[in-house]
Amino acid sequence: MSLLEAIRSALSAIGANALRSALTMLGIIIGVAAVIAMVAIGSGARERVTSQIKSLGANLAIVQSGNVTQGGARLGAGASSTLTDEDATAIAREVDGVVAAAPVIITRAQAVFGGANWSTQITATDLDFFTAREWDVGEGRLFEPEELRRGEIVAIIGQTVARNLFGEQNPLEQQFRIRNVPFKVIGVMAPKGQSALGQDQDDVIFVPLDTGRRRIVGRNYARDRSVQTIMVKFASEDAIAPGIEQTSALLRQRHRLMADQEDDFIVRNLTEIANTATQAANTLSWLLAAVAGVSLLVGGIGIMNIMLVSVTERTREIGLRLAVGARQRDVLAQFLIEATTLATIGGAVGIALGIGSALMIARIAGWPSVVSIETILIAVGVSGMIGVFFGFYPARQAARLDPIEALRRE
Amino acid sequence: MPLIEARDLSRVYDLDSGRVTALDRVSLDIEAGDLVAVMGPSGSGKSTFMNLIGCLDRPTGGHYRLDGVAVETLGSDGLAELRNRKLGFVFQQFNLLPRVDACANVELPMVYAGADRKTRRQRALAALGRVGLGERAHHRPMQLSGGQQQRVAIARALVNEPRLLLADEPTGALDSRTALEILALFQDLNREGVTVVLVTHDAEVARHARRVIRFRDGRLLSDQRQEAADARGALLALDAHTAAPEPVPETAA
Repeated sequence: MSLLEAIRSALSAIGANALRSALTMLGIIIGVAAVIAMVAIGSGARERVTSQIKSLGANLAIVQSGNVTQGGARLGAGASSTLTDEDATAIAREVDGVVAAAPVIITRAQAVFGGANWSTQITATDLDFFTAREWDVGEGRLFEPEELRRGEIVAIIGQTVARNLFGEQNPLEQQFRIRNVPFKVIGVMAPKGQSALGQDQDDVIFVPLDTGRRRIVGRNYARDRSVQTIMVKFASEDAIAPGIEQTSALLRQRHRLMADQEDDFIVRNLTEIANTATQAANTLSWLLAAVAGVSLLVGGIGIMNIMLVSVTERTREIGLRLAVGARQRDVLAQFLIEATTLATIGGAVGIALGIGSALMIARIAGWPSVVSIETILIAVGVSGMIGVFFGFYPARQAARLDPIEALRRE
Repeated sequence: MPLIEARDLSRVYDLDSGRVTALDRVSLDIEAGDLVAVMGPSGSGKSTFMNLIGCLDRPTGGHYRLDGVAVETLGSDGLAELRNRKLGFVFQQFNLLPRVDACANVELPMVYAGADRKTRRQRALAALGRVGLGERAHHRPMQLSGGQQQRVAIARALVNEPRLLLADEPTGALDSRTALEILALFQDLNREGVTVVLVTHDAEVARHARRVIRFRDGRLLSDQRQEAADARGALLALDAHTAAPEPVPETAA
């Protein structure tokens, strides 16, 4: 008997007890679906984190002002500006492994060009910012050091701003206004797309740090060197942790904090923040793995059980097959194939269900849905193996039947 | 050389309650082409004898040659092959597979003989024609009468062209008229050269054999030749007597 015929005859045996077979498959179905969903969620989350890191720039830490105690009241992070652009310069100069340290002030303002106006994010910073974010202009140029030093009224705009403010016109060398200050466009950034949180990163205007501080934020007294955040880029992932420690020590010293005083700043490892998302996904994955493991085990036992019932019910059939010349291994093969077919059908249904739930979870969580061919092949393989493993005992029982006893059985 | 050659054939069962000698040193030959009835009450050893000559069981003592093959030397695969090639079984309860049609049932022994699909189909249809069921090859057992089901079983037993047809109470589940039809079929097949051994406790069935072997308490009681009753003649007489417009049942093609 060819394998194909054997499978066909197994299908007919399974079909003869459709409901019973379907119930038996349930464990395998749930197990395989959980495996597929687990892998999809795991790799989806990983992919999201990778793209997050990629769009943000790798090996980044952010220093924020924070935790200032004024008259006994503790103010939250960023409530007052304790950081200065000199801190940024010091970090770049003194901390090991620092590639760039960009002082950043972010505000929102209305940009006006002719009849068009657009409310957008204004980021005042220096050249280190573009190094840190691994982001360059698409057209035009970045700031000249001279422009930064003198606080010239120039701007580099993001793609979204270019589109909304200038439409079809070439924005380069055009003048537009922010708070009535005429800015000249010297560059248009390359498109960056959405951030991991769904924010449009191209909706931004970059201006030199001093220009932003004096012309837009409106701190025009010369002594104020404060910035909101400092973006620090390290040379490698390994450099981040020691770098953060050095940065903290450096800033405590620069801010003249006593040993018993709290930090007036917060250093955040962005790679770490991204990794917490993976951790949450991993927890979910482990949960699903547990469900999958238990379901596959229960499913396998279910198959073993139903095959034992089937062997008992079909004892006379087995006796007859032995009488007309089936060898023990023919009977063994028949029942093994039947168990394996049962498990594989369960696996196939489980795959469909698993892909469905993976797509659904991906949509809800906003992840790319990842269902790989490998996963499917593994799932099919695993369910087939369950069929063979749990089908072996009943099949051996069948093969070892004494034909005389089997034929006599009612 | 006789087809069946049994010498001091014994079968002893070791049960919890002690040793039971089901068959005690039986020696007999059966020639090819004979039509033999094996008789005896239950517990007489006739079933044990049938299982032994059917290669379903191995003797605990003595020797048995089937068509020249020393059966007691074979392993379970060897026995399976012997059953497949040289023996055809017919049972009281037909033992057809309920989920497949008559043709597929008849094909079953050829599946284990390793024949390809086309050959199987061809020979199964021919065998069904031989027992007069050519028209019903694609009916399932449920759609057939008891007599027809037994004919399917006989076709299945014939399909590998065995040396011996072994029938265990083949008419036990049939009414007397259908039983006669089946016996007539056996007689027809025997005339065509098939060796038939009928195991029965029914003297009426045994009347249709040419040789009757009787067992009692595991021993050979008697071994007689007789004039076989003609089943087909009896059927014709029955039809004439009842005068019912029943068609003469189709038999061997």
